[in-house]
Amino acid sequence: MSKLKLQDTGDIILETRDLTKRYGGIHALEGANFILRKGEHVAIMGDNGAGKSTFVRQITGVEQHTRGDIIFNGKSVRFENPMDAREAGIETVFQTLALADELDVPDNLFLGRELVKFRLGPFSILDYKAMRERTLQALEKTGVKIPNLRNTIRHMSGGQRQCVAIARTATFHSKLTIMDEPTAALGVQETAQVENIVRTLKEQGEPLILISHNMRQVFDLVDRIVVFRRGRIVANLNKHETDGQDVVAYITGAKTGEEYQDAA
Amino acid sequence: MAEVSHGIGGLKFDASKKTWPNELNIFMALVLIVVIFEALGAMLMGQSLLFDSAGRFDSIFNEARLYIIILQVSIVGIIAIGVTQVIISGGIDLSSGSIVGATAMIAMSFAQTELVNGNPNPKAIFGPALMDLPVIIPILVGLACGLFAGLVNGLLIAYTRIPPFIATLGMMVTARGIAKWWSKGQPISFPTQDYAVIGNGLGGWMPVVIFIVLAILFQFILKYTVYGKHTYAIGSNEEAARMSGIKVGRHKVLVYAIAGSLAAIAALVLSSKNLTAQAGMGIMYELDAIAMAVIGGVSLSGGRGSIVGTVLGALIFGVIISGFTFLRLDAYYQEMVKGGIIVGAVVLDQWRQRPSASRS
Repeated sequence: MSKLKLQDTGDIILETRDLTKRYGGIHALEGANFILRKGEHVAIMGDNGAGKSTFVRQITGVEQHTRGDIIFNGKSVRFENPMDAREAGIETVFQTLALADELDVPDNLFLGRELVKFRLGPFSILDYKAMRERTLQALEKTGVKIPNLRNTIRHMSGGQRQCVAIARTATFHSKLTIMDEPTAALGVQETAQVENIVRTLKEQGEPLILISHNMRQVFDLVDRIVVFRRGRIVANLNKHETDGQDVVAYITGAKTGEEYQDAA
Repeated sequence: MAEVSHGIGGLKFDASKKTWPNELNIFMALVLIVVIFEALGAMLMGQSLLFDSAGRFDSIFNEARLYIIILQVSIVGIIAIGVTQVIISGGIDLSSGSIVGATAMIAMSFAQTELVNGNPNPKAIFGPALMDLPVIIPILVGLACGLFAGLVNGLLIAYTRIPPFIATLGMMVTARGIAKWWSKGQPISFPTQDYAVIGNGLGGWMPVVIFIVLAILFQFILKYTVYGKHTYAIGSNEEAARMSGIKVGRHKVLVYAIAGSLAAIAALVLSSKNLTAQAGMGIMYELDAIAMAVIGGVSLSGGRGSIVGTVLGALIFGVIISGFTFLRLDAYYQEMVKGGIIVGAVVLDQWRQRPSASRS
């Protein structure tokens, strides 16, 4: 991983400078400086209410930040809505799955960006065949196991749903994938399946931000751990230079990273 | 379909266990209901409901009754097509019956003929300058009325975020008021020959033809276009649809506008067929249309159903009403049973959803 730590700004995919979000008087996120490089997998950890999800909501356009800059792929951006972020190449697997229960797998993968074979405004005619073929490719790429593509999401297990949601991010060659607690509600086997997808993304060199409470998972999957506490970043740790106890110390406030002393 | 049968990632999938289309169940329910009425007819009346029992040689069916069933169903069926897509999108439309009333009154007043049997039209609304107009004028006026009412519904629901139930209930009362106010409660009659064709053309089959054409068109639209896909998506998870970049508000406006326009088409057909328009036209049609959709398997919780289902639901509805008349059951009982059928269909829908959640 040392190769990725070179001070070359060209390989930075996402950077936030002084990113701040206030809900009225509440400082949900305060001066977050964050860097993600190409091919890097970073975990965001922290207690409930530490600002993890708030941070993600700012960079995915779900909410508008109060102050600061987001630089994505070399350009300063301000996403008006989640679709803007998606079009720019940020794919998010939300904590609440954004799937339509009554539709099948290809329908969900292409929801909001259907392939059409005949343009006619809202009455454009769908290209089911092309969508199914690309779905098969995407699922094979991620190693997702779905018995029947035609099945509606309603008939699927939690793990399969999660896999469909993740496969959706992989279908569109995203520049950055964000997963907000992707395995929080899953069983052991299903968690393993999701983790396998994450490893596949790593092999393919696709950058990822993973929000997780699961220490084992974080140490298994990512290169770097960023800890949030009370709306601030309090640590930026290389996986190989830290351990679980150390991370817990940062999460609980027993310790604060040197470079963040003044912030905390 | 062969390419999906092997499954993804090595999982086996038995293609023969493919989910049974719900429409087939509804079709079998239709057959069952016909059989029940045939049995009751044979026992109580000594007659057949749908088949010829007069011993004629030229036909095996009782065409007269079949025609009445299909014709009755067609006009409300046109409304039910619009209501179906509204319910699939997760909404409800209670205003369609009143839109029929208002649209029939307004359109008919532009469709009047100046002279009735050589005498001036006794029901004239406008002066001679607005009489004997080409038939396209009342058609466009009528469609505009329905479209406008539907747009108001859609805009209220999409942008003030009031529940569809309330918005369309408001439109139901308002449109009925407009229907009564338009001619101070007087019926409007004596349309032009051309206007009469809309409901009486093709030897009386025109309403049926219009219904079938619209049903095929909307079955296609719902299944094969982006509009249809987004309608199902919004009905099954509105938040997911929004997060996926679907412009939910704009789409809902379109859904209700189309529903209003279809109610207007039903109004044109009905007023033309009856050669008159009355302020009370279309009362309870909204509930009949919802009943047809629900019987046809359209889920009131949104996201599920099809036009094919609604057409079958409409036929079931028609057979039951006609069957009661056939058994000489009082009209009061018909209403009571109708209410029971609607509730029963919803219960069935809830019950269908429950086991599937735990099946996975």
